[in-house]
Amino acid sequence: MALGLHRRAGHQPRLTTRQQHERRQRRRSSLIAAASTLVVLVAVVLLVPRMPRWDRVKKSFFDVDQMRDSFPRLIDAFWLDVKIFAWTTPAIFVLALLIALARNSRSPALFPLRALAAAYTDVMRGVPVILWIYLVGFGVPGLGLERPYNSPLLWGSVALGMTYSGYVAEVFRAGIDSVHESQRAAARSLGLSSAQTMRFVVLPQAVRRVVPPLLNDLVSLQKDVALVSLIGPIEILRQAGIDKAKFANFTPYVVAALIFLAVTIPLTRLTDYLWQRERRRTSGTRVAA
Amino acid sequence: MKQRSNSVRLIALGAAAVLGLAACGGGDSASDDTVAEEATEEVVEETATGTGNDCTAGKTLAEGKLTIATGNPAYEPWVVGDAPESKEGFEAAVAYGVAEEMGFSDENVVWVRTGFDEAIQPGAKNFDFNLQQFSITEERKANVTFSEPYYSTNQAIVGLADSAAAGATKVSEMRDLKFGAQAGTTSLDFITKVIQPNTEPFVYDDNAAAKAALEAKQVDAIVLDLPTALYVSAVEIEGSKVIGQFPLSDQVGADNFGMVFDLNNPLVECVNEAISRMRDLTYELISIEETWLSGYTGAPVISLD
Repeated sequence: MALGLHRRAGHQPRLTTRQQHERRQRRRSSLIAAASTLVVLVAVVLLVPRMPRWDRVKKSFFDVDQMRDSFPRLIDAFWLDVKIFAWTTPAIFVLALLIALARNSRSPALFPLRALAAAYTDVMRGVPVILWIYLVGFGVPGLGLERPYNSPLLWGSVALGMTYSGYVAEVFRAGIDSVHESQRAAARSLGLSSAQTMRFVVLPQAVRRVVPPLLNDLVSLQKDVALVSLIGPIEILRQAGIDKAKFANFTPYVVAALIFLAVTIPLTRLTDYLWQRERRRTSGTRVAA
Repeated sequence: MKQRSNSVRLIALGAAAVLGLAACGGGDSASDDTVAEEATEEVVEETATGTGNDCTAGKTLAEGKLTIATGNPAYEPWVVGDAPESKEGFEAAVAYGVAEEMGFSDENVVWVRTGFDEAIQPGAKNFDFNLQQFSITEERKANVTFSEPYYSTNQAIVGLADSAAAGATKVSEMRDLKFGAQAGTTSLDFITKVIQPNTEPFVYDDNAAAKAALEAKQVDAIVLDLPTALYVSAVEIEGSKVIGQFPLSDQVGADNFGMVFDLNNPLVECVNEAISRMRDLTYELISIEETWLSGYTGAPVISLD
């Protein structure tokens, strides 16, 4: 080990003066970052508990016994969120892609389709998700559907799918528009039809570019799934609300938040990683530090 | 403490009477005048201003005023027309009764509105006490302080006239029904612990959503406390009726409503004293109940078998 370190140290002189300077700069800035973080942490840890009603806030939001008591019920209820998420996501992607393709159609005869697609994204994104959930979740079953076809779970998921496909369609459209026109021109000159150009040349490039914003929408969807509880089903946020009322304690919400974070943080890290990879892939050789 | 405040009140009352007589008589003798003068001071201290009694001194949010919170909006039959100041409705009348017992005149009662969450949050409160059908439970007592109960009720089931629940007479006939309840109520507990339906109940934020779910046939019936059930079925949800009321069970006892205080607020002692006087001494509580809730108790009883 010591030998290895020595040998590595032996390579040091190869660094240019500029590189040495930059290394010092980097060390200095990470030291400053560490010190300022420490100051903030110490301030929070030392000062917050000295606030006059900290003990009450602690009991209301961070009660360990309450956490232990609520956790199994919340995890159970979270399973419903995962299920709703799992079956709406593929539907959203398919629907959104179709809408994006409709908006990108170029034939003059398809103008009504383009107008319809534009109107759909405008209306879906312009109206609050909550209204769609009430309207579709209570309204459609209210027309006289019988069980199980009037399930709030089913129609709540449909409402989520409708709104989110509006957002995701716009992401896809942006991706498609970002592919340079010369790509289409080249494909057409090679004899590919308009549909083949879209399928084999434009879409593969477009989708790859929009993966990070798509994941961003998924993180957002993952939280909005909880809105389905407004029309009846008991998912994690509703269960947290029930426990909150039962114990007059907000700790269950904190537990629910931690469960959400356990899922969204890996998802956002993955987004970041894919973003970096895409940047490296498309921006040419990375400039050395 | 109680003794003292009573005697003070008696003196004050007597003084007011003497004062009234003196005013009418125009002052017959010098000795009468001095009595009246002394009495006037007493009156100023106690009844004339109506700013509380010895017990409440220094314990209220605003000195000399009693700040009472209720729901936003407040529902009938608890508060009539969302206007507690009118003293109309069961909880409005109880609140003014308690205020009077504690020596607060009507004009020194201040109303504020809060949601459920504002009532239980850990920060400073903007009310002395909060009444909006809060059920007293052991679990909640760790985070808020409750007064003694001012009302006890049981649960009832509401369904549309053509509901699958209509005509049910015992709990065992209800297991296949789909139930709904309002979030954060003891009714939800009642469904899961006593009725034990085969499918998980649905939960709604308010009666509007519960009504929509009943009409969309997503649920067969909803469970509410009896007075609310009778009001909701009569006024809020057209075409619905109270299918029945449940007797008290071992698992879930009576639903006792208490006023909510900030944890360990000392004012609760004074309010408890007022409530027990209204219950056991003046019988005011029962007469308020008869005035505002007498129409809200009749429904067939459902067997817990």
